[in-house]
Amino acid sequence: MAEPAPASTTARGPASASPETLPPAAAGGTTQAAVVRKTAPKSDYKPADVSPQRRVQRRYSVRLWSVRHSRGLEWLYARFADLFLALHPLWKAVGYARAEAPVKFVEKRVKGFLFDCRMCGQCVLSSTGMSCPMNCPKQLRNGPCGGVRANGHCEVEPDMPCVWVKAWEGSRNMVHADAILAVQKPVDQSLRETSAWLRVTALAAAARGKEAA
Amino acid sequence: MTPPRPSQPDENPAGVHLPLDPLPGHSSRGRLERVLRRGEFAVTAELNPPDSANPEDVYERAKVFDGWVDGINAVDASGANCHMSSVGICALLTRMGYAPVYQISCRDRNRIAIQGDVLGAAAMGVANILCLTGDGVQAGDQPGAKPVFDLDCMSLLETIRVMRDNAKFLSGRKLTSPPQVFLGAAINPFAPPYEFRPLRLAKKVAAGAQFVQSQYCFDVPMMRQYMQRVRDLGLHEKCYVLCGVGPLASAKTARWIRSNVPGIHIPDAVITRLEGAADQKAEGKRLCIDIINEVKEIEGISGIHVMAYRQEEFVAEIVDESGVLKGRRPWHREARADDRMVADRLGQILREGGPDEQPQQMVKDAAH
Repeated sequence: MAEPAPASTTARGPASASPETLPPAAAGGTTQAAVVRKTAPKSDYKPADVSPQRRVQRRYSVRLWSVRHSRGLEWLYARFADLFLALHPLWKAVGYARAEAPVKFVEKRVKGFLFDCRMCGQCVLSSTGMSCPMNCPKQLRNGPCGGVRANGHCEVEPDMPCVWVKAWEGSRNMVHADAILAVQKPVDQSLRETSAWLRVTALAAAARGKEAA
Repeated sequence: MTPPRPSQPDENPAGVHLPLDPLPGHSSRGRLERVLRRGEFAVTAELNPPDSANPEDVYERAKVFDGWVDGINAVDASGANCHMSSVGICALLTRMGYAPVYQISCRDRNRIAIQGDVLGAAAMGVANILCLTGDGVQAGDQPGAKPVFDLDCMSLLETIRVMRDNAKFLSGRKLTSPPQVFLGAAINPFAPPYEFRPLRLAKKVAAGAQFVQSQYCFDVPMMRQYMQRVRDLGLHEKCYVLCGVGPLASAKTARWIRSNVPGIHIPDAVITRLEGAADQKAEGKRLCIDIINEVKEIEGISGIHVMAYRQEEFVAEIVDESGVLKGRRPWHREARADDRMVADRLGQILREGGPDEQPQQMVKDAAH
């Protein structure tokens, strides 16, 4: 009752390729991606990894350590937030704008070391089991995609454990374990490379001020 | 005026391409929501998008499903391979009266483009939207593309829900008429972290999902376990779960999918069964029907989503032989009464030769 299936339904190669190097259409049993890879011009230099996210920070042993110690870090983070809030008058006196550069300098390095932080400026670590979701090649902030491999690794980077599998494990150890169930807003790209610590502190101070009033 | 042909259920008498009358409690004016809310077992299928600019290619591919499915999914560059756009396919399908499911993946467009497309699609009569994150660009034919992922499936659901229910863009700016759409999402019960998966569905429901379509199900016990958790959470009452099924062409294909397509779980038993069969293609179809017969009995499953990639012609047989429709005939395209009269007459003239009647008299007769 149907027309026979067309021989190929996939595109015929990258738009930038010259006509001579057009890869043949993918047949059953291979993907178009594999064909594209195979027909790409060969060179001695083969870059490591697949996605730039992964290339920025190649090692993740410290990040996994942080996930394993999520409960301790959660406690530490809460104390730290209190301390920052207590210092609100200081930030105010110095001026948040002037404090930004040094605080950001420290924040970037500390969180970079512990979590492979990507400075999205809207830290959700406490809702993601202390596993930074910006390390996901798709930068998902609301849970794992459907492509997680059976061994719990990423579909894009086969040798990297899925950020969200780790997040789920980390969240199970935490006091506020159910924070992972909250729906997160999309990242505000205009806040990238800003200090999440100062933002949270200023917001908390404003909320405290409102309560007192 | 020619006498209008008898109207099918879930069809606007004024024209097949027009939205249906709004019903209380319904958020869209489409057919799929009506079928599901009536409690009928729904069937959706996936249309393989053409690599062409010819609308006939789309119509031809949709014709295969005619009368067997309640909704046709128009995939949005699945596997990050470039094809005709989902919104274009949906626009073509709505013209013909079909009920397309507009798939949006977050890989290719940012929030500005997506919200604009939602309004455009809704204006063209698209009543169902499926929100997906999308595969990484590395999986497709253009790995050099910039991955966007501005929203994820969850924030996309929430964005469209707010557009529909609060008549607002994500920015808070007002919409003069909100898109009336039935919102869907995807689930994959067959990938780790397994404990989190039902809770992730709860998140999707909270974000706005009204129906979900699952990844290929080849492991029924696993699906049953997942649905048990879903029922415990009470999610099957808030959202319609459509189980994804599809025929495997051969054991070799199954093996290849298992090792190359992340997220599709195929147990060894399935591959053994296919290998043992003389006609593997027929056995793949048989297996799909068996799986349908098992999953349709699971409490909380409201329908199936048949993904028969490059075997689309099997969808009708699979749906027919599994008997999931229970004698119901989903909406199908019919020629209008006057068109049919012209076609019959032309056929007669071609067969019998020269006309010896009065055309004016015939037109007059037909008009009264």
